[in-house]
Amino acid sequence: MLRARVIPCLLVRNGGLVKTRKFDDDKYVGDPINAVRIFNEKEVDELIVADIDATANGAEPNYAMIANLAAECRMPLCYGGGVTTVDQAKRIMGLGVEKISVSAAAIERPQLITEMAEKVGGQSVVVVLDVKKRTLGGHQLRTHNGKRTAKPGVVEFAQLAETMGAGEIVINSIDNDGMMAGYDLAIACQVRAAVGVPVTVLGGAGSLADMQAAVDTLGTVGVAAGSMFVFKGTYRAVLISYLSGDERRALQDRVAA
Amino acid sequence: MIAVLDYGFGNVRAFSNIYRELNIAHVVTSDPADLNRADKVILPGVGAFDHAMERLHASGLTGPLTECVIGDAKPVLGVCVGMQMLARSSEEGSAAGLGWIEGVVEKIAFPASEAGQLPHMGWNTIRSRGDNPLLAGLDDAFGFYFLHSYRFRCDNADDVIAQADYAGEFTCAINHGNVYGAQFHPEKSHHNGVRLLKNFAEL
Repeated sequence: MLRARVIPCLLVRNGGLVKTRKFDDDKYVGDPINAVRIFNEKEVDELIVADIDATANGAEPNYAMIANLAAECRMPLCYGGGVTTVDQAKRIMGLGVEKISVSAAAIERPQLITEMAEKVGGQSVVVVLDVKKRTLGGHQLRTHNGKRTAKPGVVEFAQLAETMGAGEIVINSIDNDGMMAGYDLAIACQVRAAVGVPVTVLGGAGSLADMQAAVDTLGTVGVAAGSMFVFKGTYRAVLISYLSGDERRALQDRVAA
Repeated sequence: MIAVLDYGFGNVRAFSNIYRELNIAHVVTSDPADLNRADKVILPGVGAFDHAMERLHASGLTGPLTECVIGDAKPVLGVCVGMQMLARSSEEGSAAGLGWIEGVVEKIAFPASEAGQLPHMGWNTIRSRGDNPLLAGLDDAFGFYFLHSYRFRCDNADDVIAQADYAGEFTCAINHGNVYGAQFHPEKSHHNGVRLLKNFAEL
């Protein structure tokens, strides 16, 4: 039986690992390679690593860093950050990464999704949607670490991404990022209902209960988290952790139920 | 020595990391001479079927690999699209496969009564059939990591050594003679994958 994927999401800035709140207020949490080693020990389902400077600074992906991460990773790795061309995507896949995520570049030029899918396979193309609640209801799509508003509607763009050949959609809530008070399930639900590719929710998980709530509402999806797996306690002390075996089984029982 | 074929993409490093930790002699290579020296071969593969076949042909390794597997009967393990390449053909493209295990690759189709997502992505349990040494001592409940939209359909039921459930029961590991295939990714499946790759080394 297919399990819900429980996915730590690591943010990289200036070569170090950071964790944000509402896409801001980032706190240094350590060395990426060290974190990957701990997640190897814990046998995590998958890992997402996002370079949050690359797109904002218009920089090339840091290939040396990606190669080091991929060499260390014993689990499927998704890299995101600064990918704007199919040649970059091919080069990154060649470093031993399983999936590549795109966001701003794909929203700007959706054809990129198709070009990437043709060269590296649609199953490896992940489209990340950073979403923010509108003051008067509904959600909007954002790029460049949440600083720019994108034109397309969230659900509309998720459907376009699927049509263009994406293999997975990640819904990342800017409002809930780092708050550890649960996912934004309303928008995740809409996207999940609108597409036929796997969906992963990110932004807001603080406990097993939050992940269970996501699985109860959305079924077998990816449940990703940053803070929950790098912090302990209200003072955000750095401690890399993962669900225990019992917690993973409890989550799976929800899927089966 | 195990030769892990590097024909331009696919996660060859992950295999190499595991064999290094297991202290098992291996080489990541695109050199036909290494195929001669090797006693086993791993054929990784990701992406689209035609693209993978084209890359294999362009690397000049198709001939030496065929000599190694069909001529010298050395064990070969195809992984993911590498397993699909063992078939005659795939619905995903128009290129001919290697045709070393009788069967074809088809797109995963959900029964009318069941909605589901493609690709089949994530950790799934498998069921071994028989007692193939490739699958000895596996942790069935832990399962393996899958990432694919196409599935192998064997002509001969005897070639199926494991099945999994997604859009119905499907074949996820195959064996005929010295040719083996795994649809899932042992190189990304933690202790279970390590065990399978160790089993392959010890065949």
